[in-house]
Amino acid sequence: MATQTAVDVVMPQMGVSVSEGTITKWLKAEGETIASDESLLEISTDKVDTEIPSPASGVLTQILVPEGETVEVGTKLAVISPEGGGEPVDEPPELATQEAAEESADASGAEGETRAAEKVEDAPAPPSPEPAETPAPAAPPEADGDGGGQVRAFVSPVVARIASEHGIDVGQIEGSGRGGRVTKKDILAFVEQGGAKTPAPEAPPAPAEPAAPQTPAEQPAQAVAAAQPPTGEVEPGAGETVEPMTPMRKGIAEHMRRSLDTSAHVTTTFEVDLSKVVAIRQKLKREYEERHGVKLTYLAFVARATLDAIAKWPWMNAEIRGESIVTKSYVNLGIAVALEGGKGLIVPVVKHAEEKNLLGLARAIQEIADRARNKKLMPDDVQGGTFTITNPGGFGAIHGTPIISQPQVAILDVEAMVKRPVVVQDDAGADVIAIRPMMNLCLAYDHRLIDGAYAAQFMRDLRSNLETWDESSY
Amino acid sequence: MAVKTYLQAISDALRDEMRRDKRVFVIGEDVGVYGGAFKVTKDFQQEFGPWRVIDAPLSETAIVGGCTGAAIMGMRPVAEMQFADFISCAWDQLVTVAAKQHYRAGTPVPIVVRLPSGGGFSGGPFHSQNPESSFAHIPGLKIACPATPADAKGLLLSAIEDPNPVLYFEHKHLYRRIKDEVPDERYTIPFGEARIHREGDDVTLVTWGAMVYTADEAAKQLEGELSVEIIDLRTIAPWDRETVLESVAKTSKALVLHEDTQTAGFGAEIMATIMEEAFEDLDAPVKRVTAPDTPVPFAPPLEKWFLPQVEDVVAGLKDLAEY
Repeated sequence: MATQTAVDVVMPQMGVSVSEGTITKWLKAEGETIASDESLLEISTDKVDTEIPSPASGVLTQILVPEGETVEVGTKLAVISPEGGGEPVDEPPELATQEAAEESADASGAEGETRAAEKVEDAPAPPSPEPAETPAPAAPPEADGDGGGQVRAFVSPVVARIASEHGIDVGQIEGSGRGGRVTKKDILAFVEQGGAKTPAPEAPPAPAEPAAPQTPAEQPAQAVAAAQPPTGEVEPGAGETVEPMTPMRKGIAEHMRRSLDTSAHVTTTFEVDLSKVVAIRQKLKREYEERHGVKLTYLAFVARATLDAIAKWPWMNAEIRGESIVTKSYVNLGIAVALEGGKGLIVPVVKHAEEKNLLGLARAIQEIADRARNKKLMPDDVQGGTFTITNPGGFGAIHGTPIISQPQVAILDVEAMVKRPVVVQDDAGADVIAIRPMMNLCLAYDHRLIDGAYAAQFMRDLRSNLETWDESSY
Repeated sequence: MAVKTYLQAISDALRDEMRRDKRVFVIGEDVGVYGGAFKVTKDFQQEFGPWRVIDAPLSETAIVGGCTGAAIMGMRPVAEMQFADFISCAWDQLVTVAAKQHYRAGTPVPIVVRLPSGGGFSGGPFHSQNPESSFAHIPGLKIACPATPADAKGLLLSAIEDPNPVLYFEHKHLYRRIKDEVPDERYTIPFGEARIHREGDDVTLVTWGAMVYTADEAAKQLEGELSVEIIDLRTIAPWDRETVLESVAKTSKALVLHEDTQTAGFGAEIMATIMEEAFEDLDAPVKRVTAPDTPVPFAPPLEKWFLPQVEDVVAGLKDLAEY
């Protein structure tokens, strides 16, 4: 649809908890024409990297946020104008941005969150804003707004108040209270020494603080400077190079740390003889590829066998919510996908995986992995996982202790298939050494919910499903 | 200005008021011929006669009920419960009748119920309690808990003047132990106006009654280390929120100390108010030091364990300081 009026392109909400995104690349330059749904730019958030399609056909008349900049959800990024329409009919960009900031500052936290959540539900695809729509109020900055700073002890109400009054980052103050807590006296002394004027090294980027006073006169000049994105603050030493963490890397860092702090991780390893699976795969491979265009991987076999084992051991697919155990009747199977060059990791989810047969599962895994590598994932693709499989075996790994993806309670690590001499019984019942394709499966589980016996029985059944694969039932 | 014991200050104030105001009379168990269990009304009957100093039967219900009727008819009765503990017998007359009379019928009920309260002398479970919080919950009642002789006088006269039923808790432990100057002239101390017993900057300590002295001793022990501001509430219904909140705004840390047991004690109300009104002033959770939730024990070592001691308060203050 060709646009009749100027249309704003805003930073979309890429998941309920996502509050900001980074522009990684503009795919069109100002002045270029663009069709509706044609890719306009690439963004990166702590959840996904994706391309944003143009909400309308027309001319990209203005790019308001340059590449490399991180902005809040709802921030206006660009203007698409009607072809031949000339100047954008919108207000000057500075004004619009200012208004958006004020609007989000006005919206109460709860309201902002609710609306943000609604937005995701209504439009699971990257939202294409309607022409008449004002940008959705941004979700309030998340509690970890210290830009990945070190974890600090409790900040008391009075200290929080004084910090906000003086624009101080509490993290830069030496605490004398219990456990290094910054006391009221500490922060008052800090203020007295003029500490409030020191640039805060861990201050969040400006857009993450919509509630901060906007009038420059109300804020010490340096504090404003400190609110700039934290680039180039770590000085490289001799022989070192420094690069900022991508949003995805920060997201992974936060999630991995939080998971270890949350779950009681235990890993158990089973050896599985894949002789039967190898034989069946050999038989089906060509047919799958030629008739269905699907590569039949060992991962698909393991995934299918895992789903059957989960049916018998439902807590593997549960979650701890408060003091309750929530068990699901469906399995949304997360498949960890490494991005090229160690650039990150993403876990797209195969929804209702338990309903798929071997072919359907193989196809779903293949599709979602392709989308992950080509940055075509939708926010919905990475949400709602209930059990995760990770597959470092592709690189030759034979053992691992994976970290659970919260709030799940287990993750299965699929290791490399290796030919090993094993002791088996021949037809006469005598022990003989045979060469068998062996694979280690490592299960990390949350011992808060799952005890060792439960996990071992799950793994026993998983192994049995693979070793006695029944071709006819898939 | 004369130096008087806490007990003498109460006795003299009551006698002076009876001389001044013919509507004032006293009634209670053994208050007449015997002069009261603690001799607060010693020689009163000789001066004022048996119709103004009435020896009542052993019925707290009758005493408070009779006072309520007399007050409605224009008198200014001052009842004495021999021990504050016994007031439970008069609960219905106080709570159902006296406290609600003005709301229901528009008639004032200017009665004072004197309540010798508190422990520290092995009085056991029936002669040592501090039941003020039960009554602080009842709209229509006022409650005074004086700590000093001068306050004992000023608050008693305020209580007699007040058109509402007033519970006047006089702490037995203070009766003869506490001596201080008491102005000779007649004066009243308004309800709901706390007294800064000791100024300080680091921690606010809110208390009343005999615990003011426990708090004071603790603050002295911490002198040079921690500057403690002690607020003596004087009255808990109404109570002086402003003074407490102002002090908390200054210190950002508060400890509430009372001799009553902990659960639903009046300290809980103070803590809740600080949390509601001064949350952004707080630098530490509000702390309380109280008696545990048990009856008051007889045995001296047990009673000492039960009652908040100076070292308990010192420990509480230190804990707050180190938070």
